[in-house]
Amino acid sequence: MADVEICDVRKSFGATEVLHGVDISIPDESFTVLVGPSGCGKSTLLRMIAGLEKVTSGEIVIRGQVVNEVPPKQRDIAMVFQNYALYPHMKVFDNMAFSLKLAKVDAKQIEEAVHRAAGILNLEDYLERFPRQLSGGQRQRVAMGRAIVRDPQVFLFDEPLSNLDAKLRVQMRTEIRELHQRLRTTTIYVTHDQIEAMTMADQIVVMHDGIVEQIGAPLDLYDNPANVFVAGFIGSPAMNFLPGSVERGGRAQVTMSNGTTLPLAEEAAAGEGQPVVYGVRPEHLDLVSESDGFAAEVVVVEPMGSETQVLARLDGREIIAAFRERHEFHPGQRIHLRPNLAKVHLFHQDSGQRL
Amino acid sequence: MTDSTLRRSAVAMTGPGLWTRLNNDRNWLGFWFMLPAAAILVLFLTYPLGLGIWLSLTDASIGNPGKFVGILNFYEKECYGPDDCEIYGLFGDHVFWQSVWQTIFYTTVASVAKFAIGLYLALLLNNHLPFKAILRAVILLPFIVPTVLSAIAFWWIYDAQFSIISWSLTKLGLIDQYIDFLGDPWNARWSLIFANVWRGVPFVAITLLAGLQTVPPSLYEAATLDGAGRWQMFRHVTFPLLTPIIAVVMTFSVLFTFTDFQLIWAITRGGPANATHLMATLSYQRAILGGNMGEGAAISTAMIPFLLAAIMVSWFGLQRRKWQQGESDD
Repeated sequence: MADVEICDVRKSFGATEVLHGVDISIPDESFTVLVGPSGCGKSTLLRMIAGLEKVTSGEIVIRGQVVNEVPPKQRDIAMVFQNYALYPHMKVFDNMAFSLKLAKVDAKQIEEAVHRAAGILNLEDYLERFPRQLSGGQRQRVAMGRAIVRDPQVFLFDEPLSNLDAKLRVQMRTEIRELHQRLRTTTIYVTHDQIEAMTMADQIVVMHDGIVEQIGAPLDLYDNPANVFVAGFIGSPAMNFLPGSVERGGRAQVTMSNGTTLPLAEEAAAGEGQPVVYGVRPEHLDLVSESDGFAAEVVVVEPMGSETQVLARLDGREIIAAFRERHEFHPGQRIHLRPNLAKVHLFHQDSGQRL
Repeated sequence: MTDSTLRRSAVAMTGPGLWTRLNNDRNWLGFWFMLPAAAILVLFLTYPLGLGIWLSLTDASIGNPGKFVGILNFYEKECYGPDDCEIYGLFGDHVFWQSVWQTIFYTTVASVAKFAIGLYLALLLNNHLPFKAILRAVILLPFIVPTVLSAIAFWWIYDAQFSIISWSLTKLGLIDQYIDFLGDPWNARWSLIFANVWRGVPFVAITLLAGLQTVPPSLYEAATLDGAGRWQMFRHVTFPLLTPIIAVVMTFSVLFTFTDFQLIWAITRGGPANATHLMATLSYQRAILGGNMGEGAAISTAMIPFLLAAIMVSWFGLQRRKWQQGESDD
């Protein structure tokens, strides 16, 4: 097991730079998730850690050793691919044993290692099958088994759950998390799904357009997003953003261009007249009486059972509110909403940074 | 609904006629759809093949439809006294046996060479090379040129007086005398094999390249991380995944080589002294030039067991592997 340091790493394909200097510190035994929309460079970074892509500049350090020029097989890492990359002509046993066979490990030890991994992953009954004869979830497990067998210093996962159906994805999410708690191997996991990131990570790295937007624990990112991008990316349904300018005559508030006023805590770090983006999460909007809050017109109601989401229109802007209580809404109805002052986020309108 | 309308609709509901039922029958329709293909097969495959086999059992010659003689074209034992028997027919014909061995030798050597060179080129072209598209086009060239045209070119290249190879080697001071490429039996055999390999490599290379490109790159990445070197990757990933394509390509290659006619006929006509006759050229010579249709047909018919054997080898030895078939449990 090992810690991984990524120091000012850049990557260019020809003249196009896709990673613009990335610094990440991944502690030993941690589960770190790289998350971001497609094209943000997260998979490229993972492949660079694996040694499948060259580092253009900067350093990747695994357990204190710079590995930029170390070939993949000597980095002592294992990777689980999005399409599993199982060898179709080898049985499950041989798929899992392949790396050990190449390393000329004694046949008895291979047998033991494979059976141990198969036991952990409930694959004992499938060792004599070909990958074709397995379901998606089983193949996923074989891919993980192949990684476990080697007992590597670092596990790399490249969007491993995106080929599975929704239900299986939730199940495998838990299994991977449980596996990590059991083996404590440093894990770097790439996904575009923020729910996977939130539920699995010790540490989330949010990436966007080749840079790191924010690094932190899941709930830290949720409660204190560093900028509009992170605020909008983490959390589902996404945070509502309402642009306006701060007014501090009497009660502090943010006035939108259409005249709607949004209440603001007095201690909010924004000066009079400053243009801001007012951010509030759907679950931090309360339903209030007509004399209070601001008015919005219900467009769509989505009852989820545990909560009800309401898409409402606020003078041309759409806003989503989520309520744990059950309310009877109907499209066209006017409702009044009030943000929970303590949970309001203010962002700089130009830079998008948190104020 | 009134009584009368009910009755009228009942009348309209009588069962469909035979024609309608046939028209809606999947099997019947399938039969009709297959008929043109069957007709073409019968006309251009079964009939000539059948005629060939029939001719091999007759004493037909040009202008004479011939009569049935049984297996006399293949085997005839005539005894002139006790312990003084002669075997006639193909079995007793040492030129025929020579052509059989030459065909087997030619096919084996040329096929192995085509496979080795084709696989090498395919692996080479599967890498990221500069000018890859042009290289691929160049490799295809021998395949595009009409066989007879390239055969004539080789005829010149191997010519006793005008050979460019001999000329170059003499100019370089490596040899004193021009090489007799087509006049010496072994030189002629190797020269023909070289020409055949030159012509056949593109087919093997391009088909194997197509096969290589179906191997997902992530398998190589996984193998890299598993610690496989280049050779191990070829041995454990590329080659096993390529076997189905290799089976198809080599079956075709063997069949085409075994039945080769154009190259031999254009370059050596089977000479010198029958040293390069293949079964196909010998059959042509006996049947068309010699006029002995029955005998020629018998030589052609004698090729069938060899061709069947080649197909069987690829069918049983290299047929679709279990891992390709998916779902079944056994």
